Amino acid sequence: MTDGAGCAPLPTGSEVEADTDTDVDVAVVGAGVVGAAIARELAGHGLSVAVLEARDDIGDGTSKANTGILHTGFDAKPGTLESRLVREGCRLLTAYAAATGIPVERTGAVMAAWTEEELAALPGLREKAERNGYRRCELVGAGEVYRQVPALGPGVLGGLTVPDESLTCTWTTTLALATDALRRGARFLLRRAVIGADPGAGVTRLRTAGGDPITARWVVNAAGLGADTVDRMFGHDRFTVTPRRGELLVFDKLARPLADRIVLPVPTARGKGVLISPTVYGNVMLGPTAEDLTDRTATGTSAEGYAFLRARGERLMPSLMREEVTAAYAGLRAAADRDDYLIEASPEQRYVVVGGIRSTGLSAAMGIAEYVRALLADAGLVLAARTDLPSPPRMPNLGEAFPRPYRDAERIAADPAYGHVVCYCERVTAGEIRDACTAPLPARTLDGLRRRTRATNGRCQGFSCAAAVTDLMDRHRSGGCDASTEPGGTTR
Amino acid sequence: MTDGTPNLERGAVLTPDVLVVGAGPAGLTAAARLAGRTGADVLVLDRADTPGGVPVHTAHTGFGLRDLHRVLSGPAYAARLAGAARAAGADLRGRAMVTGWSGPRQVEATTPDGLLRVRARAVLLATGARERPRPARLVPGDRPQGVLTTGQLQQLVHGSGRHVGERAVVVGAEPVSWSAVLTLRAAGCRTVLMTSRYDRAESYAAFTVPGRTVLGVPVATGTRVVRIIGRGRVEGVEIEHAATGRRRTVACDTVVFTGDWVPEHELARAAGLAIDPGTLGPVVDTALHTSEPGVFAAGNLLHPVDTADGAALDGRHAADRIAAWLAAPGGEGPPLGPGVPVVAGEPFRWVAPQLLRPGGPAPPRGRLLLWSDALVRVPRVRVCQDGRVLARRRLPWPAAPGRVFRVPFALLSRLDPSGGPVRLALE
Repeated sequence: MTDGAGCAPLPTGSEVEADTDTDVDVAVVGAGVVGAAIARELAGHGLSVAVLEARDDIGDGTSKANTGILHTGFDAKPGTLESRLVREGCRLLTAYAAATGIPVERTGAVMAAWTEEELAALPGLREKAERNGYRRCELVGAGEVYRQVPALGPGVLGGLTVPDESLTCTWTTTLALATDALRRGARFLLRRAVIGADPGAGVTRLRTAGGDPITARWVVNAAGLGADTVDRMFGHDRFTVTPRRGELLVFDKLARPLADRIVLPVPTARGKGVLISPTVYGNVMLGPTAEDLTDRTATGTSAEGYAFLRARGERLMPSLMREEVTAAYAGLRAAADRDDYLIEASPEQRYVVVGGIRSTGLSAAMGIAEYVRALLADAGLVLAARTDLPSPPRMPNLGEAFPRPYRDAERIAADPAYGHVVCYCERVTAGEIRDACTAPLPARTLDGLRRRTRATNGRCQGFSCAAAVTDLMDRHRSGGCDASTEPGGTTR
Repeated sequence: MTDGTPNLERGAVLTPDVLVVGAGPAGLTAAARLAGRTGADVLVLDRADTPGGVPVHTAHTGFGLRDLHRVLSGPAYAARLAGAARAAGADLRGRAMVTGWSGPRQVEATTPDGLLRVRARAVLLATGARERPRPARLVPGDRPQGVLTTGQLQQLVHGSGRHVGERAVVVGAEPVSWSAVLTLRAAGCRTVLMTSRYDRAESYAAFTVPGRTVLGVPVATGTRVVRIIGRGRVEGVEIEHAATGRRRTVACDTVVFTGDWVPEHELARAAGLAIDPGTLGPVVDTALHTSEPGVFAAGNLLHPVDTADGAALDGRHAADRIAAWLAAPGGEGPPLGPGVPVVAGEPFRWVAPQLLRPGGPAPPRGRLLLWSDALVRVPRVRVCQDGRVLARRRLPWPAAPGRVFRVPFALLSRLDPSGGPVRLALE
């Protein structure tokens, strides 16, 4: 497998540069949402930054299979770093979303209690929320829960409302942060798995599987599922990542009226439970399961997972089970053997670990980035906020509740490609596919295109459009080495 | 949810007599007949580039037998139907995606030429059906490249000229599954196994026998796929024999999920039409009238799925009923009254049409269509109403999964129009 740099022709300003031997101030390992946020933050403070990513796209690991909920942090463990950074990150991301066009839909959530034990836990959860600085939770009776979500199955005893829990798009968030970082001068080196670190005087040499080594003054480890492995390359042995598989079922958009807000389970001693949530794309999601694994690549779905989710769904919302399943996902969360984030600097090694960033990472990412920047400043790195920052990117909207090109007469009049719907179920136009394939961080595979446009994500899963979408992608693709090896079949 | 689009009002407004949504065999046939026989102003909107529906991408022969009385390839059949509709004066527009309703018999559409609003005196929904893709079937395992549906396969091969793989497993053994085998063969991909969850392959003998002998494809009956294996690319499937529980792995680089049809009912549901829990398509009477006055439906949206010529004959039937509706005094027919429901009993999953309105016509081709979940070689149909047996008849064709079972409408001739539901079952 070749390094992306061998893959000419690439447009100017592409994420992959042929000259990978260059020293940088900071190498960020991992181009997930956290790595992208850190790269953006540091590149905004006068540092040269390179992001090393093992996979062939940004946001292709744990970040892509997130539940897409922007958490208030109401249920974090008070006093933890996670609690603080989720709260700060949520505030920062909400503002950033408004500036960049990342869709955020503030549906609110209701936590529904189905047993006496769960009901008894609600007042404590409200107190916990207050200790986390979130004061808008309210205890409500069963009648109010059913008024808010009439489709819930029988047996709800009461609930707790969380009016600020929101839906967002994890794919657009990662892409926005990475595009912003790129505009600020950061470089993204894809297919460059870090396989070894040689700390030296003043610089660390990172050996990579996909090309030449990179030398950097500082290294920030945001490697997600691989963060403990990278940490050990620096001689540490302080945490182990346990991949926790979460399977999700995504139901047809026709089910969306059944769930117009997030229905959270009450966490109990027996686990966190299964939630029902609308998605920002207009579907309804049921999940996740939580299964600890040892295989860090096991993103397959299981018969047990399906059976478990269907059984839970029958109880939570029987009418949802009558709707078609559009997609089934399995994602791995990077659960660590500790109950808080691990974000620490080792100044003598000029190294920062960002580990144990579990399912709250999307909400916390921008808070984590600021925290890492402060750690670096404390460790003696000279940081100065740039005054010449480029404006943040305007992202294509993937949110169902906000205007999309297929309904925009002005945009279609200016460019008929926005009036040519190619993916019918998700109403993705030829113009959007072209844009995603020619963007600064372009889609190079069908999966990458799905995350940038929603194309083929819908109920037909490519029955009608996979061939047309693939043809369009081939026409516009700038790089070419990734997807040209695929025979064109798209799958889930 | 808000749409939030400020520019909608700038879209053009069209006011045809009849709007047909979907340019497949049903929609095109209806459009040609309406425009040709009644001179009605007919607009056909279809989201695809080329009119014709599923046959456009089905390169093999076998189309047109019952409607055109000849046998054509899918693309030739599609072209002929589209040509006939155009020649009759219908306005066919491709790349025109109907996105929703803005009122009774009024839709919104997106086209490269801009947004459209269409207000018609009558609407025919002919949106067809699709195969359930793998996620909807909840087949576990890895999620590699190379997992397709027949529709996707045919467009990749015949539309885009792409290579698919070397060794395929085809899930299903109904007519469409053999169509997938033919497409795979045309693409140089060998079908190493077909699986059927039924104990006997559900396809017509006309397909199965030459399929097995000429195409040399083994069929594993009573078998289901329990896991997809492969990272990056499909490496195999694990299959389970239902009776014994025995599992084995079959190496392949392509898996095609065939059949298991679901109607494209988004517009029907968005309009709030009554939906049949069996077909998942709109409930219609024998005039193919839905629960909404002036909104008709035809083709595989109503009966997922019958053959293309069956859909075309639906379209012909609907055209005549729409013409009658338009010709009624005041420009629209009388209010839709109640009727006698028709329901499917064992072993049937659904029946269409589902409603008998007083004074209504016989259904298309004088047949009720049903879908059987079991193979019954010598079926004896029993028609009951309110505990009374209206008719018993042994039919000379088998009831089999994977294809429509037809029951002569004449078996319902003794029904009480003021009675309860009529139930069709096998004895």
